[in-house]
Amino acid sequence: MYDKLIFERSKEGRVGITLPKTEVKDYPLPKEHLTKRDLLLPEVSEVDVIRHYTNLSLKNYGVDRGIYPLGSCTMKYNPKINEELSKNPKFNNLHPLQPDVTSQGALELEYNLEKLLNEILGLKAFSFAPCAGAHGELTGLMMIKAYHEKNKDYKRKKILIPDSAHGTNPASVAIAGFEVVNLRSTEEGTVDVEHLKEVLDDEVAGMMLTNPNTAGLYEKDICIITKLVHDAGGLMYYDGANFNALLGLAKPSAMGFDVIHLNLHKTFSTPHGGGGPGVGAVGAGEKLKTFLPNKHVRLENGLYVRRKEKDSIGNVSYFQGNYNVILKAYAYILSMGKENIRNVGEFAVLNANYVKAALEEYYEVPVKGAIMHEVVFNGLKSKKASTLDVAKRLLDYGFHPSTIYFPLLFSQSMMVEPVETESKETIDEFIDALIKIAHEAEKTPELLHDAPHTTPVRRLDEVLAARELKVKYRDLL
Amino acid sequence: MHKYLPHTASDIKAMLDKIGIKTIDELFVALGDIKLTKPLDIPSQMSENELRDHFEMLASKNKNLLSFCGLGSYESYDFSIIDALTSRQEFLTSYTPYQPEVSQGTLQYIFEFQSYVCELTGMDIANASMYDGASSTAEAIFMAVAATRKNKVLLSKTINPYVLEVVETYCKYRDLDIEYVLEKDFSFDLEDLKKKLNNDVACFVAQTPNVYGILEDYSKVKETLEETGTLFIINQEPSSLALFKAPSEYNADIACGDMQSLGLKRNFGGPSVGYLATISKYQRRLPGRIVGKTVDVEGKRGYVLTLQAREQHIRREKATSNICSNQSLMALTVSIYLSLVGKQGLIELSKRAYNNAHYLEEELLKTKKFKKTTDKPFYQEFVLEYLGDPKVLETKLLALGYLSGYNIKDNLIIFYASEVRTKAEIDEFVKKVGEV
Amino acid sequence: MVDIKKGLFYTKTHEWVKVEGGEAYIGLTAFAASELGDIVYFEGPDTDDVAQGAECGVVESVKSASDIYSPVSGKVLEVNEAVVDSPELINEDPYGAWLIKVELDSKEELKKLLSAEDYEKELANA
Repeated sequence: MYDKLIFERSKEGRVGITLPKTEVKDYPLPKEHLTKRDLLLPEVSEVDVIRHYTNLSLKNYGVDRGIYPLGSCTMKYNPKINEELSKNPKFNNLHPLQPDVTSQGALELEYNLEKLLNEILGLKAFSFAPCAGAHGELTGLMMIKAYHEKNKDYKRKKILIPDSAHGTNPASVAIAGFEVVNLRSTEEGTVDVEHLKEVLDDEVAGMMLTNPNTAGLYEKDICIITKLVHDAGGLMYYDGANFNALLGLAKPSAMGFDVIHLNLHKTFSTPHGGGGPGVGAVGAGEKLKTFLPNKHVRLENGLYVRRKEKDSIGNVSYFQGNYNVILKAYAYILSMGKENIRNVGEFAVLNANYVKAALEEYYEVPVKGAIMHEVVFNGLKSKKASTLDVAKRLLDYGFHPSTIYFPLLFSQSMMVEPVETESKETIDEFIDALIKIAHEAEKTPELLHDAPHTTPVRRLDEVLAARELKVKYRDLL
Repeated sequence: MHKYLPHTASDIKAMLDKIGIKTIDELFVALGDIKLTKPLDIPSQMSENELRDHFEMLASKNKNLLSFCGLGSYESYDFSIIDALTSRQEFLTSYTPYQPEVSQGTLQYIFEFQSYVCELTGMDIANASMYDGASSTAEAIFMAVAATRKNKVLLSKTINPYVLEVVETYCKYRDLDIEYVLEKDFSFDLEDLKKKLNNDVACFVAQTPNVYGILEDYSKVKETLEETGTLFIINQEPSSLALFKAPSEYNADIACGDMQSLGLKRNFGGPSVGYLATISKYQRRLPGRIVGKTVDVEGKRGYVLTLQAREQHIRREKATSNICSNQSLMALTVSIYLSLVGKQGLIELSKRAYNNAHYLEEELLKTKKFKKTTDKPFYQEFVLEYLGDPKVLETKLLALGYLSGYNIKDNLIIFYASEVRTKAEIDEFVKKVGEV
Repeated sequence: MVDIKKGLFYTKTHEWVKVEGGEAYIGLTAFAASELGDIVYFEGPDTDDVAQGAECGVVESVKSASDIYSPVSGKVLEVNEAVVDSPELINEDPYGAWLIKVELDSKEELKKLLSAEDYEKELANA
């Protein structure tokens, strides 16, 4: 198996590029500013580079290869036409500071996408400046803070977060300069409304909620929750990480949310790219629409223009954020159209309930009742192997495992999200593998403990990595 | 039926039977009257051909300009293998590398990306990348604030204003005090830094080449900051690092910046990619993902996400940052670009950018329509004083298909000539400027 | 059965204290060490004084981090550099690998702590 670093392919004198001739003469360089370092950069040919990265790619798993059922990640198919459309030089070569009159197409597209999302979510305005979900959370929280400050309501420093929330939520709250107040869940796994009533006071700035929540449950008391928070003077933040469950079926605005972030790289099919670029689009209702960050596209006298909103929190990213990504989300919505978009939520939820029904004989389902787009199991019913072992064994069957050990509500969490683009046959194969593994756990548990056996590397020593930190090529020399 | 939705009526029936219900609607009873009763008001589905037409209609309303404006959005040569490699589904459609056994491709290129960032900046440790150079600067400040437990930040006024806008937003909501170190002769003013420095200052942040393209001299900065325990943060354009002094040579504590100039298209501003690196002393303050080398059970070399206990999924509100992802595909693009260009190529390209900018300055001055503003050394951008009305110049050049320099204030214009500009293009541009 | 050393004072948050004259050595119990798993990092307090019940450091394993709460108040005399350099000592010998040494403000505070027997009951009930 190929295991070289690009630096280890280097041979003095090799080149990877041919540069055009230049007719401009050399100007003297300022001596006092020149570096004294001898850079250790590889010298390789174009073929070396192609071979190197192609070999690396072969050690990765991607959506095009098979089901990628990571809960809370919405790993749906990333359409190829979207990639093609995003590579148009007339978009790629735009400088962000070129005047609006010369970028009308780009601005019109952004404007159109905003209008589509306004309709889908029931909101008034969107910003595409945040580059990821966490970035969107931070932006939305800053907007909540700015809103209260504008109303001279300076004592509101607390943000309520259910204990089922993803860790990013409390981290974003802290970075935005708020304090976290944790809310208990009920035994069913949804927000404990009684506890909410206890903690609500005039210091609460708002509440962050994911719906469906991280246990895959729809917050049945959502309208009661939002009313309680609003009555106490707080605002409601919708973490759109799980919006795929409701796409085309419900609007967060109707539930009472004031601000929301959507992960375009989840619900709207743009590729995850191994961890970015994403877009954490932030949408706002009436109360917060004037607080959006960066410049916002408007249509004025037939011209698309970029303007700062009057209460803008300021910029959260360079220029227009990850602009190129929004082309893909726009193409996705247009591809689906009004005829099909509702099926996304329906099939995502159908698939998750099907997986639950097919596996509950073997894997413990810790929550009662119907679930939405993802199902959380609390490990094997037999407890003959850990969730980690099950996940690693799934790799031997050629599947990417589900999210594991999250949510933290259960000790052996396995969160499966079988998205709408997966066929029944694919899901059945995945189910069969998990059933086989459940049997193996009874008869030959060592197969699980030692898994994976067939991957490019086997279980890796994370303790060694942390104790003897090696984070760059020079550390290996 | 839709091409992305494979369920047939019989599939749906079989699945509903297994679940033990009759209709899909039964799965949504919890929604009550929140559930929509009519379809969304969006357009009908489009085929690929309809989409292509629609996008072409929009694209035709954009104008591609020949650019002499940088300000954080730069041009570099486009090498065909970059798109070929970054379009591979194994890179494009994978998730964050949570299962290392099937993510070694991603983990290794991040390790290589970290190696490149450390090599260029001279720092000990870098993370897997940040959203862009602006947020990486803000995160660098948060690191310094956490490490020093001080709340005041000194920023050089010669930092790119688009970076400053983001930094100001981040600091404002974190309740940090910002004060600016004034500029003197288009560079940060050391005397003003000394005047504003006190024991409450967590860090001093400066940029080189600065917004005017000038290479700043930091040889006295570290010793100045020593007494107050203030950290030194340098935001540096990475393409300059093959030729010019690195943050390590000025004893910076943290290095940050944007890497868009290394193989990423301008794309109307994004996606870009930021870098963030520091010295070993502050390695646990570094936010975001970090990849480390290790071995598997058979002793084979492999890579994993490491030092994860700093991160939001474990530390929640006590985490160093809320960042989860990075700009992974962009970090890959930069890594492929640097691998291809190599050591000699990187030096050659930055020399060309340097030469082109100096040639453009010389030629523009010959038109007698500009006044030289400073004798300080510059890299690929420079600032001149225009003797006419900058708005008129900008508008006339725009009509001729040029994006002229950036009018930062009064009559000052910042010009940029990247390595991809040819002598003929520069000559033609200067001729047009002369005719205005 | 988890090892609990006699003669030490304990906290509900799984720290132990050994008192020698006016000085106290603070460490993590064998139970805490085994719950955390392989410890890869230890950082002492960044203040000169610690207060009873307040944070006085942090330990990390690969997939978790845990704050250490000081069982007593007092001036920090020493942070055990051997453990900073080799945090695995906490796993290998939890009652030998003290983390910080403190000059006790008041022995009265010790009354609020658990005895070995109380701590054993605490674990049994958890």
